[in-house]
Amino acid sequence: MEKQRLKTGSLSRRDFLKVSGITLTVPLVVGPRVLKVAGAEVKVFGPGKVPMTFTINGKTYRAELEPRVTLLDALRNEFDLTGAKRVCDRGTCGACTVLLDGKPVYACSVLAIEAQGKAITTVEGLMQDGKLHPIQQAFIENDALQCGFCTPGFVVACKALLDRIPNPTPEDLVVGLGGNLCRCGTYVGIRAAIAQAARMQRGG
Amino acid sequence: MAFEIIGKPLPKIDALPKCTGETRYADDLQLPRMLYAKILRSPHAHARIRRIEVSRARALPGVHAVLTGCDLPTRFGILPVSQDEEALCVEKVRFVGDPVAAVAATDEWIAEEALRLIEVEYEPLPALLTLEEALRESSVRIHDYGDGPNIHKMVSLEFGDVEEGFAQADYVREDIFFYAGSTHLPLEQHAAVAHYGPDGKLTLWSSTQTPHYVHRALAKVLGLPPSHIRVIATPVGGGFGGKSEPFSHEIVVAKLAMLTGRPVKITLTREEVFYVHRGRHPVLMWIRTGVRRDGTITAMHVRSFLDGGAYGSYGVATTYYTGALQTVTYKIPRYKFEGVRVFTNKPPCGPKRGHGTPQPRFALEVHLDKIAEDLGLDPVEMRRRQIVEAPSLTVNWLRISSCGLRACIDRVVEASGFREKFRRLPFGQGVGFACSAYLSGAGLPIYWNDMPHSGVHIKIDRGGGVTVFCGSTDIGQGSDSILAYIVAEVLGILPQDIRVVTADTDLTPVDLGSYSSRVTVMTGNAAVEAAEKLRRLLFRAAAERLDVPEEQLMARARRIFDRADPQRGLDFAEAAQLAEARFGTLGAVGSYKPPQSPRRYKGAGVGPSPSYSYSACVVQVDVDPETGFVRVEKVWIAHDVGRAINPRLVEGQIHGSVYMGLGEALMEEQTFRSRLGLHKAPSMLDYKSPTPLEMPEVECFLIEAEDPNGPFGAKEAGQGPLLPIPPAVANAVYDAVGVRIDELPITPEKVLRGLNDKARGGSGRVGPKSIPSLAWPEPIRVEPPPEWRDVPTRSS
Repeated sequence: MEKQRLKTGSLSRRDFLKVSGITLTVPLVVGPRVLKVAGAEVKVFGPGKVPMTFTINGKTYRAELEPRVTLLDALRNEFDLTGAKRVCDRGTCGACTVLLDGKPVYACSVLAIEAQGKAITTVEGLMQDGKLHPIQQAFIENDALQCGFCTPGFVVACKALLDRIPNPTPEDLVVGLGGNLCRCGTYVGIRAAIAQAARMQRGG
Repeated sequence: MAFEIIGKPLPKIDALPKCTGETRYADDLQLPRMLYAKILRSPHAHARIRRIEVSRARALPGVHAVLTGCDLPTRFGILPVSQDEEALCVEKVRFVGDPVAAVAATDEWIAEEALRLIEVEYEPLPALLTLEEALRESSVRIHDYGDGPNIHKMVSLEFGDVEEGFAQADYVREDIFFYAGSTHLPLEQHAAVAHYGPDGKLTLWSSTQTPHYVHRALAKVLGLPPSHIRVIATPVGGGFGGKSEPFSHEIVVAKLAMLTGRPVKITLTREEVFYVHRGRHPVLMWIRTGVRRDGTITAMHVRSFLDGGAYGSYGVATTYYTGALQTVTYKIPRYKFEGVRVFTNKPPCGPKRGHGTPQPRFALEVHLDKIAEDLGLDPVEMRRRQIVEAPSLTVNWLRISSCGLRACIDRVVEASGFREKFRRLPFGQGVGFACSAYLSGAGLPIYWNDMPHSGVHIKIDRGGGVTVFCGSTDIGQGSDSILAYIVAEVLGILPQDIRVVTADTDLTPVDLGSYSSRVTVMTGNAAVEAAEKLRRLLFRAAAERLDVPEEQLMARARRIFDRADPQRGLDFAEAAQLAEARFGTLGAVGSYKPPQSPRRYKGAGVGPSPSYSYSACVVQVDVDPETGFVRVEKVWIAHDVGRAINPRLVEGQIHGSVYMGLGEALMEEQTFRSRLGLHKAPSMLDYKSPTPLEMPEVECFLIEAEDPNGPFGAKEAGQGPLLPIPPAVANAVYDAVGVRIDELPITPEKVLRGLNDKARGGSGRVGPKSIPSLAWPEPIRVEPPPEWRDVPTRSS
């Protein structure tokens, strides 16, 4: 299993941590070094900053970042896209939810370096041509937010849910949003909002 | 009169930027040359600081400043009587997490590394981690002030002769309850950014519910003139009471900005928030009530024991709050309250949604349920028969100006089918009922003075734009929107024509803050006053131009027109220009101060309010007798809000209160490792709180018993609806499986313990069995208002 993953060239977070111990003895360089791990060649970046390129909301962004920087910190600190929030910082609350190639992920638990080459969509990218996404419109109309801190994460998670299940049942809603927390207790409003957005998207 | 804006389910004025990610919270701010701060916290629950060595931290490249306690020795605290905190501890640490040193560096990683280079030598002291320990070990002192060894505050009040009241009772019952401490767990961690300019002026942006009190504390500790300090509350990403006092990190970040001459930001980690919290006090309670055969209360005596944690915070007020509001729901003719708050070596507790009242409300409503059962009475009817009158004074001199509780009860009982379900559902299913009351704003300010509690300033520009300035802080409850709705209603314009500028001590008149459910009533009244002053000017100018008597004019839909002939009128902007030409620059202020309490006595500062809101709820549960797991199926809740300025926002507050009440009833608890005082679950994964999976269906009913003191009759909605939830859940669990869990949270483990006890022939009760014996002071005896002096006797 481990070998297979290495052969396909994708580097999981655990693999990265495993090899990063080796790289500590390597002098500071920019750009990858190639190391042999378990018989396979692995590109190793860092420590120190490495150039990275991202596609965020359809635009290209470049930055020099340490490989340990999470996608969330890169978005917030480097590109001033502060919609995604750093709340639990360990994959529990969903306030940092963004889409990677359309799939919702916790940006606090994805390394920025791994998000290269993928289409990153943040809450800032949901408005099209100055028009709110139906889920944003529905959040406003159903008062599905109070303090608003979890809202960007919920909005993105709801969009992903509707993209996957255009006609969600009440059970789909409850389970589909189980990865996001709201302390203002707006869950009732969020359920109503997502039901309305589903109707709007169906043209109802 | 029909309203144009009031009562409509309009969207909040700040909803759009919150949905697009544009809203900038404190941690979203970035200033040029900004540094990042981190705080070193005590690993000991109780220790003396022998020595702090910071030279290695200071020498680390990227570090710009290091602070220790001697740099900020002036003590502070939210209450004038409990100025017991230091921004960084000077001699002693009193809980794991107490701040000891701070660093400003070019990034968070360097700041963290610098913290690791600070050497602190501690002399550990015995840690007192429970209320009982703190009362017993009087040789160890956490603080050198208070009403006794480790006793922060002790109060005793008696209204009327309770013993005489008990003598008149046919039945007297005593119960003991425990309500666990919990934390607010706002999604947004506390965060602040400070900037100190070459002009010697300090600006602090902070996620705070109370910029006014932060302003005071900064001036005191930093030794700066208040006029040189500007505090701006950024949009608050969840407060619930947890950001309603000055915090160490706010002072530290300001001092670091002053030392470095660069902007400095601090954002607490999630783990730090669990330690810093100021959440719900764990409270042990004893309650004794005398009733007549029909359930009529003749006397009540309540004792509460608050585990306060390491510092004062709002604790004196909290202590009084555990005793003050029992009387505003049911007629209690004689009442005695004794309360004590104890210091322990744990994170300090303070105000959380309901501030000191959910705990005794849980005790009272479960206790009444037991009394009803003992006497074979209907628990709803027993309560319904003795609801307070409006207007009236309670036995402890609280003025009830309106009360819609009877309607609340009727709505939820009918909608839920309570009477058909109570004691009739199959084993494992049950319904529970409870009522409650809460205040709409504290009647007295924290610093006693004669100034207004809320100020509003409105200006009108020549284009017809209106700007409302107010010190209030929107913490998600929608207070900015409420200001816009109210001003729009009075001036006859639309909320979107209004810009609301709030929570900036340089720009906005003082509002004391978003606490005690005070904002709608107090800022609302101030806004009405200011807007009406401006409307008078507009009407006077318009009346001259239109040649219509002023009193015949009306403002609606951006026009000012003749009520009798609506065609005859002016655009709002045109009227504004006429008025400016006639009277000069257009601006007006309004202010609000609550009505004075009818009686002063020591302790009378806590409890009075312009009005009280009322709630009643029915909760239906499904209890699995195999696992003890409680699933809440549905909640029916009615809330007397006086008038809903915006019913959708009121419902949102009710949903949020239900959510938080369910968390406290079933899962939430701040737990600490014995001896060490380490938090057992300082993360969002380990600290259990309800997710979308646990949130049941909620049916809300708004009762509008218009209150004479509220703007358009409005009362509070943000906290009161939490209160009946925990007792209703407990009563429902009893209805379902016949066990009394007198100790929150009602975890599966406790339910199973109760069921096992019952199977072995026990009562099935789970809960505390005794209270500490204390030498209570002689009560302050307060003569009740005249209507309570001649209490009906047994024979009447």
